[in-house]
Amino acid sequence: MNQALPTLTLKDFASDQEVRWCPGCGDYAILKTIQKLMPDLDTPKENQVFVSGIGCSSRFPYYMNTFGFHTIHGRAPAIATGVKLANPELDVWVITGDGDGFSIGGNHMMHVLRRNVDLQILLFNNEIYGLTKGQYSPTSQIGTRSPSSPTGSIDSPLSPCIVALGSGSTFIARSIDTEAKHLTQVVKRGHDHRGASFIEILQNCPIYNDGIFEQVKDKKIAPDFRVEVAQGEPLKFGKDQEKGIVLNRDSLQLEVVAAEGNEDKLLVHDESNKIQAQLIAAMGGPDFPVAVGVIYREEKTSFIEDVQAQVETARSSKGSLEKLLNSGHTWEVD
Amino acid sequence: MELAEEKLDEHHLDEKEVVDVVVRFAGDSGDGMQLTGTNFTQATALYGNDLSTFPDFPAEIRAPVGATFGVSAFQIYFGAEDVTTAGDAVDVLVAMNPAALITNLEKLVDGGLVIVDSGAFTAKNLAKAKYENNPLEDGSLEGYRVLSIDIHKQVLTAVEPFGLGHKDALRCKNMWTLGLVMWLFDRDRSATIDSLKAKFASKPAIADSNIAALNAGHAYGETAELPTGIHVYKVPKAKVAPGTYRNITGTQALAWGLIAGSEIADINLLFASYPITPASNLLHELANHKEFRVNTFQAEDEIAAVCAAVGASFAGSLGITSSAGPGIALKAEGMALAAAAELPLVVVNTQRGGPSTGLPTKTEQSDFNMAMYGRHGDTPIPVIAASTSIDCFDVAMEAVRLATKYMTPVMLLSDGYLANAAEPWKIPAADSLPSFSVEHYDDPTDFRPSIRDEETLARVWAKPGTAGMEHRIGGIERSFDTGDISYDPDNHQKMTDLRKAKVDGIAGDIPLQEVCYGNSSGKLAVVGWGSTFGAIHQAVKRAVSEGLDVSHIQVRYLSPLPSNLGELLSNFEAVIIPEMNTGQFIKLVRSEFLIDADGINKVAGQPFKIGEILSAIHKKYKELEAVA
Repeated sequence: MNQALPTLTLKDFASDQEVRWCPGCGDYAILKTIQKLMPDLDTPKENQVFVSGIGCSSRFPYYMNTFGFHTIHGRAPAIATGVKLANPELDVWVITGDGDGFSIGGNHMMHVLRRNVDLQILLFNNEIYGLTKGQYSPTSQIGTRSPSSPTGSIDSPLSPCIVALGSGSTFIARSIDTEAKHLTQVVKRGHDHRGASFIEILQNCPIYNDGIFEQVKDKKIAPDFRVEVAQGEPLKFGKDQEKGIVLNRDSLQLEVVAAEGNEDKLLVHDESNKIQAQLIAAMGGPDFPVAVGVIYREEKTSFIEDVQAQVETARSSKGSLEKLLNSGHTWEVD
Repeated sequence: MELAEEKLDEHHLDEKEVVDVVVRFAGDSGDGMQLTGTNFTQATALYGNDLSTFPDFPAEIRAPVGATFGVSAFQIYFGAEDVTTAGDAVDVLVAMNPAALITNLEKLVDGGLVIVDSGAFTAKNLAKAKYENNPLEDGSLEGYRVLSIDIHKQVLTAVEPFGLGHKDALRCKNMWTLGLVMWLFDRDRSATIDSLKAKFASKPAIADSNIAALNAGHAYGETAELPTGIHVYKVPKAKVAPGTYRNITGTQALAWGLIAGSEIADINLLFASYPITPASNLLHELANHKEFRVNTFQAEDEIAAVCAAVGASFAGSLGITSSAGPGIALKAEGMALAAAAELPLVVVNTQRGGPSTGLPTKTEQSDFNMAMYGRHGDTPIPVIAASTSIDCFDVAMEAVRLATKYMTPVMLLSDGYLANAAEPWKIPAADSLPSFSVEHYDDPTDFRPSIRDEETLARVWAKPGTAGMEHRIGGIERSFDTGDISYDPDNHQKMTDLRKAKVDGIAGDIPLQEVCYGNSSGKLAVVGWGSTFGAIHQAVKRAVSEGLDVSHIQVRYLSPLPSNLGELLSNFEAVIIPEMNTGQFIKLVRSEFLIDADGINKVAGQPFKIGEILSAIHKKYKELEAVA
């Protein structure tokens, strides 16, 4: 049955629900990008499932005309694991935020990544709790003033990509809410990946943390503050690609150098190099540009494939209830 | 609360033939007492006695050798008549060391038989058990029949030909002792020999040594000159209905009931769980049966376990999760999500002593209130309880039926005692099991996720992967009409009422409450739920045989209650309710039916004794007669 899928468009993936994010929220852009790329994915619409936790980003499934489950705070990875275990044919997405995915749900995130469950995990990172009105989150920078940290937050933030790497994630990428083209490419690669794909999307909250990613988003200055990594390409950035990244082999630290004259020394991006991924994922201001793109990728069988293999082995001869009940020691009473 | 306890008529071991006997094997947690007990149980079942067992072990896996807190025991009650508890008092105590003796002696009846391994009564072990003098020598055991044997020495001699090291050789002590007890009750050793051969198939020297020890213990009984009055006792076979029988623990029965439920309903199960005592064995059992429509998932925590189960239910399988009290507490939010989203879910709570870590290996019924009320919001769910190990099979099937038919989470209550206790089970024919079916909705005409069955009020179950069924659900209140998010005040009232009406309505789909022993009206009803069944049954039976007007009612359906329960209870002058908690179900009965009821409450981590219930019956009966 090599039947072609019906041709769908963005509209087929937009639900009839009124979108209720704040005006100017980065989530609108992400929603549009995902709706737009859905028809290109080689998956029937009825097999698409969006699972989310709690928070602004977690309203996402309501706006997709697919199957959707808006669940409880932090637990989307666990629920999505159950969905995928129950029906491996489904194409399952997890929509989460920095608070949902790395504070209350940090444990599930760690385990879903190490297990390599076949899911696309989109982390909308706005470095703030939006839905509860602006408290600092586990990714907020030190000194963030918020209703719960009136004189500035004192906890160190975590880096989602670094935690994902430490958890054994096999696909780690970073992109930006309003960069539709880049985000589309990254998400499509994540979708094609076998196992869990973890995609951090830097997302602006215009109400509680406006402009936090301005440096990497503002077209005028962004070239100096972000580097787009691509497999096999040297790490160059700046308006005229005049700067580059090299690895100081004595200190095992990265350094920013002038690209010119250093071409043969520039770090060449290798998605399969975990140590390098660690260094690249950690890059950020003020001394380094933020890396966007696919930072790390590893070929590995997925959790669901391994589970299926065991189940299939067990079911090579179908269970008989009669046989089960009469198994082991039994005796007859006349 | 101090519970009065009456001593039951005891047959002791005065005659060559006795109607029933309680044997308790006690030793270090590393002595293999559970294995000994299990093998003796097998042999006893094959002999044809009715039986009930009570594995009673510590939370410590390998406590220091000789420590009192490391004593592990296995009790078995077997006899010629129906046996529903593990027995009040012990007739034969096997104590493998001083710690086992000092912690178990008070359970032995006067004149009972105690078999001790004198080889383990060293100065060091006596000190560890805090004995000032050796009880084998100071006359403190005078009230009992004592069979003191240097089992250490006997075993070393018996297994010498097989060339084991000293330590491995001594490991066969339990089999030697089992051989002796098998001789005492005329049990057949062949099933144990077969199982030893199978267990140690790759280590023939270990298998041969254990078998030699077993046979040597048996031969010792036959040939040694034993103290007067110690001989082979005959326990007549129980009169039971013809059929094929097996022994089964509550855990095994529960697992198999879930499997049976999935086969009957033709639906896949995802059993998602996190290890916790005493519930883990359910995960182990199901993990071994993926040849059925079962998959298992060991989640990273209790919350992930319930959530994965809810996810599976959303995807069209039946999600099941399992834990004990502290773990169930963590699952509360996930259960409420299933209730709000109207998805099927089975939650098995194998209750243990609480609060907090409490008594992980001991039994209790103190999670009743949590099962009934332990969720945020107005979140009623059906709650059903198994009353015997065997009953776990039926109750598990029923949980599958209710969860899928009503699209609701169902709480199934078991406890540590039921989970581990074994009893003989007349194996039902697979085609005699109840039948029910599950249908996934697939009609795209005017589809909404809020379409519901007018009779059951259950929402449709439309699973992902079905074209035209695309929909969104979640924990936010949904419109009764469209299933979309709704913050409308009237709608929330309507949905809250609906959730209650759906659970209440199940009362019309469950059997009316029956009296399980005695008359359906009269002077006194003893009402139980859960694992108190065995002790209540025996106590009521004895009271009735004394000519008292007492009935036993055992309630399986705790939420909703059977529709006739209030009326049934009003037919009795008085009601007493034994519970292994401080009185939880009794409050529901009193508030629901506005009737008086007396509680008998025991929270000792141990099941009720028959004598404790019987004493309460006598006391209440006297009060009633005095009033009359």
